[in-house]
Amino acid sequence: MSVSITSYLLVALILFCVGLYGALTKRNAVVVLISIELMLNAVNINLVAFSKYGLYPAVTGHIFSLFTMTVAAAEVAVALAILIALYRNKETVNVDEMDSMKR
Amino acid sequence: MDTLMQYAWLIPLFPLLAFIVIVSFGRQLKEGAAAVGILFTAVSFGLAVLTFWQRFQEGATDYKFSIDWLKVGDIVITMGFEINQLNALMLLIVTLVSLLVQIYSKGYMHGDERFPVFYQYLALFTFSMLGLVIAPNLLQIYIFWELVGVCSFLLVGYYYFKPEAKAAAKKAFIVTRIGDLGLFIGICLLFWWTGSFELSQIFDSIALGKLEPWMITLAAILIFVGAIGKSGQFPLHTWLPDAMEGPTPVSALIHAATMVAAGVYLVAATYPLFIASDAALNVVAYIGGFTAIFAASIGLTQKDIKRVLAYSTVSQLGYMMLALGVAGAAGYVAGTFHLMTHAFFKALLFLGAGSVIHAVHTQNVFEMGGLWKKMPITALTFLIGCLAIAGIFPFAGFWSKEAILGAVYEAHRYDLLFIAILAAFFTAFYMFRLFFLTFAGEARGKHEAHESPGVMTGPLLILALLAIVAGFINTPYAPVFGDWLLSGEVGTIIEDVFGAGEGHAAAWLQIAALGVSILGILLAWLMYGKRAIPSDAIPEAMPWLYQLSYRKYFVDEFYHYVVVVPLGWLGYLLNLFDKYIVDGLVSLIAKITRGIGALHGRAQNGQVQSYGAMVLFGLLLLIVAITLTAQGGGVLGIGQ
Repeated sequence: MSVSITSYLLVALILFCVGLYGALTKRNAVVVLISIELMLNAVNINLVAFSKYGLYPAVTGHIFSLFTMTVAAAEVAVALAILIALYRNKETVNVDEMDSMKR
Repeated sequence: MDTLMQYAWLIPLFPLLAFIVIVSFGRQLKEGAAAVGILFTAVSFGLAVLTFWQRFQEGATDYKFSIDWLKVGDIVITMGFEINQLNALMLLIVTLVSLLVQIYSKGYMHGDERFPVFYQYLALFTFSMLGLVIAPNLLQIYIFWELVGVCSFLLVGYYYFKPEAKAAAKKAFIVTRIGDLGLFIGICLLFWWTGSFELSQIFDSIALGKLEPWMITLAAILIFVGAIGKSGQFPLHTWLPDAMEGPTPVSALIHAATMVAAGVYLVAATYPLFIASDAALNVVAYIGGFTAIFAASIGLTQKDIKRVLAYSTVSQLGYMMLALGVAGAAGYVAGTFHLMTHAFFKALLFLGAGSVIHAVHTQNVFEMGGLWKKMPITALTFLIGCLAIAGIFPFAGFWSKEAILGAVYEAHRYDLLFIAILAAFFTAFYMFRLFFLTFAGEARGKHEAHESPGVMTGPLLILALLAIVAGFINTPYAPVFGDWLLSGEVGTIIEDVFGAGEGHAAAWLQIAALGVSILGILLAWLMYGKRAIPSDAIPEAMPWLYQLSYRKYFVDEFYHYVVVVPLGWLGYLLNLFDKYIVDGLVSLIAKITRGIGALHGRAQNGQVQSYGAMVLFGLLLLIVAITLTAQGGGVLGIGQ
């Protein structure tokens, strides 16, 4: 049985929207980070889906998604480090209170 | 022998120099400012005497000097000065009266805080007035005309802390501006029609018949409107009595002898324009005649010594206009002659009144009385002034008034003659009413009056002397002044039109005029001197008539309700319009902008998440917009 590209794209869309919703609404900075990971993974699904079922199937998409995962891992490491630094300074992980851009 | 006249331009320059010196060093000079003013004016006076003396020589020709000032296309506007008979006479009068007034003010203004400022204004005024009388073209006349107006405004409002003085200064300025507007339009029209501001060229154009009769009439009447404003003729006379709020020497100099006579001077200087139009002359004559009798009848009942004199000035200026208006060489001479004698005796009367006010600190004649013994010099000189203005033989006023009556009689204008004689009767009555109330009888006020210092009585004595002898230069038996005045260019034009006039009254007319004046004096003596007739008999018998005169025919009230109040309402409405409509629009725009700004400011809240939401929202909008507008997915090339 073959699954159409639309199903993959739909899953990716749902995942992206859930991630976007979380990134924009959640108070906890850690949850926001996790949400961003969700969005990244939605993109990865897209890349792999197109590399298999796209107009010009090739291995490029796979390679790209591997790269994305690597970079995402590094990014999360950095982001968590920043979060910990912020938490030490402000004693909070609430995103609402991190508005020093304005003050 | 034209050498001296070439330097006549120095005459106005000395007071200007005095003005500059006092402006620069006023604080250091303090009351020494008086010395500066007097000294420089004395130099001017000396030059004016020399110039006048030279004009009196046989065969002196008019001297005119001008330089190009502005060149606009083909039109060259010149600037310069001119010395003819009338100018030389005015120079002499203005410098003399100004000099005497400045000497007098040294005593009168002694101890005033703004003493140097007073002399500043006086010097500036003297400069402007002298500049006015030697101007050879209408543009220059207009410039100095406005300058004297400004000086008058400044000096009337000299006691600016008094609300009445402030109001009077404003009134003087605004009311004369109405006349000035007429003059300005007249000058513009003349320039338009003749292409020149030069008086001589305008006269040439008229002589050559380049102007239509209606043009001449219109221009002459418009120029006369300027004279009406400046000389306090009806219906613009209301500012002059109010202008008495200024210091008394100012009233003597500006509002009696010189500036208010500028209107008469203007008519005399542009006389060829007027004699080319019978209608314009009639306007001048009837307005002058009406003003003479109208102001005299107001003067009968006023209680303020300076206001009586002010109405007397208005009336006498009307007399001069009347003389000029009845036309002819005789009228011209008589009007100018009366201008000269009036300058002397009216300045004398005002300075005398100032001396009285200085002593008793009130201006109400009913609080004076019995000053004859306490202030003998002032009283004597004031009496001479009264006799002169009432036209008693042989004082100056007799000769000039008689010349006017003669001119009117010769022109067969019997209605105007009747008005003039009646005005003479009124004049005699109210002047001696004033004299008896002030100097005769018992002292009615609580004041320790004493004679004024020599610096004040000196000018009084000089003016009194002039008020006695000035008339003799133009007696019917030896009309030296008249012949001399008519020997200039303007005089020649007048004689070309009318022929030489005798301009002196028949013997019966002289006696009648004298009799009327004596009757007036007698009546005043009976009512206020001897008190044989109770002075309140007329007010009680005819209260409405008394009220009409005492309230100045309600002209001020009329103007107040017809002009000032509607204009006030208009201003109020326009103010509301400005406040709520114009300002409202402006502040509405400001509010909208500020509201948009506040909205955006609120968006900048520092929350990364809300920024992200906005970006998402914007992106969605963009996608929706593209989807809706893209026909067949044209914009991004989707689906092609």
